[in-house]
Amino acid sequence: MNPITAKNVTVAYQRKPVLQSIDFEAPEGKLIGIIGPNGAGKSTLLKSILDLVPKASGEVNIYGKPYRKQRQKVGYVPQRGSVDWDFPTNALDVVLMGRYGQIGMFRRVKKKDRREAMSCLEKVGMDQYANRQISQLSGGQQQRVFLARALAQNAQVYFMDEPFVGVDAATERAIIQLLSELKDQGKTVLVVHHDLHTVRDYFDWTMLLNVRKIAFGPTTETFKKDLLQKTYGGKLTLLDQEEEQEVTPLA
Amino acid sequence: MSYTFWILLTASLVGVSCGIIGVLLILRKLAMLSDAISHTVLLGIISAFLITQSLDGWTMFIGAAIVGLLTTVFVQMLHSAGVQSDAAIGIVFTFLFAIGVILVSMYAGNVHIDVEHSIMGDIAFIPWETVNWFGIEGIPQAVWMLGIVLVIDVILLFLFYKEFKVSTFDPELAAAIGLPVGVLHYLLMGMTSLTAVASFDAVGAILVVAMLIAPGATAYLLTERLSMMFVLSAVFGVLAAFSGYYIAAWLDASIAGMMATMAGVIFLLAFVFSPTHGLIAKRLLQNRIKYEV
Repeated sequence: MNPITAKNVTVAYQRKPVLQSIDFEAPEGKLIGIIGPNGAGKSTLLKSILDLVPKASGEVNIYGKPYRKQRQKVGYVPQRGSVDWDFPTNALDVVLMGRYGQIGMFRRVKKKDRREAMSCLEKVGMDQYANRQISQLSGGQQQRVFLARALAQNAQVYFMDEPFVGVDAATERAIIQLLSELKDQGKTVLVVHHDLHTVRDYFDWTMLLNVRKIAFGPTTETFKKDLLQKTYGGKLTLLDQEEEQEVTPLA
Repeated sequence: MSYTFWILLTASLVGVSCGIIGVLLILRKLAMLSDAISHTVLLGIISAFLITQSLDGWTMFIGAAIVGLLTTVFVQMLHSAGVQSDAAIGIVFTFLFAIGVILVSMYAGNVHIDVEHSIMGDIAFIPWETVNWFGIEGIPQAVWMLGIVLVIDVILLFLFYKEFKVSTFDPELAAAIGLPVGVLHYLLMGMTSLTAVASFDAVGAILVVAMLIAPGATAYLLTERLSMMFVLSAVFGVLAAFSGYYIAAWLDASIAGMMATMAGVIFLLAFVFSPTHGLIAKRLLQNRIKYEV
């Protein structure tokens, strides 16, 4: 069964549709990139799948059932800028929040949860920062803490909103390494991404999105100039220049 | 029990209950909403009085809690409809408070509710307003009410500690893992309303805001752990209460006014001297960086 099945998803703020009639079926065990221009509805797509924004129509199933019945199977990494990093807490505590769904209401955090959270911090190379106040971490370190928190959710399907924004090169490599480990464990990862140069290297499958779904499939089939042109319209000039530069040495 | 004892106990209960609620209000950036609620509870109190014709503490509790929640709901509605959130607070707050003021002036001129009293409070009279509740005599009504509200606040915070924590830090994650984020928000607003109305008699509508915000803001400057922030905030609330009372007694000034002033003075001290966030520490750090460069 497919990890994500979306049928005719439409989301509108006020009257203007942000997403229109999105259909797709994501295959299991793939790294999937979602790309498109600003305002294309990339984050909104993730949020509508997670019931964080209301859908005007359509439905999404996670392994064949509505999201509210499958929360334990899903991990989420919001945009780093969506939270207040001056909040009085440390890295380990943030990772522990990933366990709250499994711990459940009215129950306390146990030693077992702490050990689990600690091992997730280790996986992202942040265990020595466990007791560090989160505002004292660099952007890349904060993003790793967020990833560790998603790992602590111990999910089958992961949704990540721009995890590479504002991180250093080392962190970017660490993240991509981690994502391929998740893939090797048969997990499915959907990543909102905006750096077109790395799409071919990072993602098995790619969705081109601009309010409507322009294309969805293996990156080799979807990451093509005509489709990108259709997605980005006139804003694609930067990418064109880049390609010309790549071509020059050969000529 | 002496007169001073009851005043200090009342003031300390205000300090602790406002202090712990204030922590969540500050971290959720709801300080102005608490300002609104602390005023609009006046409408709740007068409405409860007009409906039941009694000044019983319980009816006031219920009236204030309902209007406090309505305030939050109205603000939310206006904000969702596209009004700026601070403008929404300003409109709802003044409108409901004004209705309260009108009702007080029309119907309650000769009972123990008046606008000045509700804005400034009157802690000096509290020790004499004793009631016989649960067969126990001689305890002031304000102490009963504050005590009960404090117990309710503490129990709810313990029960929902991790839920309040994650929904404050990252509401999206909280919603994604299935926590009732909206219910938690309104629960906190209900707790704020109850705390405000219980503190009302003691310190009044304006000064309750000082007690809700200043101790928490002080604690925020001094700790990097949420649990410690609750403890420190409660301690600073009590400290403001004690120092405020004794200075007011010495100067023969308004007790509630001096308590709020001391809450501000304590904040100022932390603002200047905090080892991590204070002005001096920041200046020293900058100098050190300058030398190293």
